[in-house]
Amino acid sequence: MLGLEELSREEILAILDTAESFAEISNRSRKKVPALQGRIVFNLFFENSTRTRTSFSLAAKRLSADTQDFTASVSSLSKGETFIDTAKNIEAMGADVMVVRHPTPGAPHLLSQHVSSSIINAGDGAHEHPTQGLLDLMTIRKAKGRIEGLTVGLVGDIAHSRVARSNIWGLLKLGAKVILCGPPTLVPKAMERLGCEVAYRLEDVLPRCDVVNVLRIQFERQQGGMFPSVGEYSQFYMMNQERVRMAKPDLLLLAPGPINRGVELTPEVADGPHSAILDQVKNGLAVRMAVLYLLSGKLDARSPAAE
Amino acid sequence: MSFDDEGVCDGVETGGLIAAMSEQVWKGRRPGVPLRLIGVRARGVPLAERLARDVSGSEQAAVVGAVDITLYRDDLDQANRWPVLRGTEIPFDVDGADIVLVDDVLFTGRTIRAAINAICDLGRPSRIRLAVLVDRGCRELPIQPDIVGLHLRIDRRDRVQVRLRPIDPVDEIVQIPAAPRLSQS
Repeated sequence: MLGLEELSREEILAILDTAESFAEISNRSRKKVPALQGRIVFNLFFENSTRTRTSFSLAAKRLSADTQDFTASVSSLSKGETFIDTAKNIEAMGADVMVVRHPTPGAPHLLSQHVSSSIINAGDGAHEHPTQGLLDLMTIRKAKGRIEGLTVGLVGDIAHSRVARSNIWGLLKLGAKVILCGPPTLVPKAMERLGCEVAYRLEDVLPRCDVVNVLRIQFERQQGGMFPSVGEYSQFYMMNQERVRMAKPDLLLLAPGPINRGVELTPEVADGPHSAILDQVKNGLAVRMAVLYLLSGKLDARSPAAE
Repeated sequence: MSFDDEGVCDGVETGGLIAAMSEQVWKGRRPGVPLRLIGVRARGVPLAERLARDVSGSEQAAVVGAVDITLYRDDLDQANRWPVLRGTEIPFDVDGADIVLVDDVLFTGRTIRAAINAICDLGRPSRIRLAVLVDRGCRELPIQPDIVGLHLRIDRRDRVQVRLRPIDPVDEIVQIPAAPRLSQS
């Protein structure tokens, strides 16, 4: 599970269907099944994360797997050990699955060539965040009943967003129309080549959108100067009540989090009736359970398209 | 049914077996305790629905649930394709319930073990009885049914296929030999 770019439409749908079955387990009083009993899931996080790491840990525990967190800052990496040697050591300890977050795009792909454990990309730089893309797809499909034919607006810092890329691949494969909207410095015109529409004025786009996914400004990935000020960005791109009123009455509003209240969206909108932010968190758990489960079978299970 | 398959029971005979099982399900119930049936997906569910009709009438009298044992299997390693989850739906409280677990064919016993584990994860029933339409033998675990429609003693390589309405167009029980047999022309 390295990215949605590599997955077929059928594989994405199979994961979403499996995730919906897993959602039932979270509603039980005893939220645990023995499916991955005796398996070991390692969380290798080379970049800060609370939400994704917790979600993967909880998902693995609900499937009865043993989980182990690995934090780069206190590891032998600081003594000069390479990324691949670290992973090989972890594999030697019996890891069946490695959940990898890394600031460098392609790091999980590199790892998959050196270890035989299943690798799940939990975010690689500005490249992909496939389980976030899948949970967004699941949230949209549950709320709207379909994805095909919907118009989905991705608003904000598209250029630095791995969530945007995973969303784009997934949505296009499932037949949605994708509009990318933000300041020209954060939404390169070249992204039209991916099959999306590129727009710079939110007001022009909103009336056509069934779903708006408000992306976080990735201050940590910017070299600075991508837009004049946070205040100006908010003035043009923040989802507020007035902008929500311009959209369709059944607009679905997503935000991958962590949300910056008052920058990408106002508190009233974040907590308002259109917001599915907490549903996304809930669906994220089900998606990660599904991915861990599907990848924990043997080699055959890793190439479902061969069936 | 293909050329090599052997019909064991046709629709009328299968219906007769189900009716006889239903009588046993209801006869053995605990007085004062509501009867609950849980079918193992897929064909245990329509069978449970038919057993749930009480002997006197055609109305569905006992509440029926469905259990999906996929997450409780002990052979994830051997699965040769992505498992399809069909979901567990138990619309009643399992605690203290008098449950009849229903499946179409009892073979190794591993499916039933998984189903019992799945049910016990949802609560503590007062009793679980096991009802199967066909007990074909060759058990790998010490599991015995309480209510059986038909006992078959066949080679472990042979398969038994139960077809049940409304999942299938007809009711029937078919034995499928492991290796194709030569025609005697």
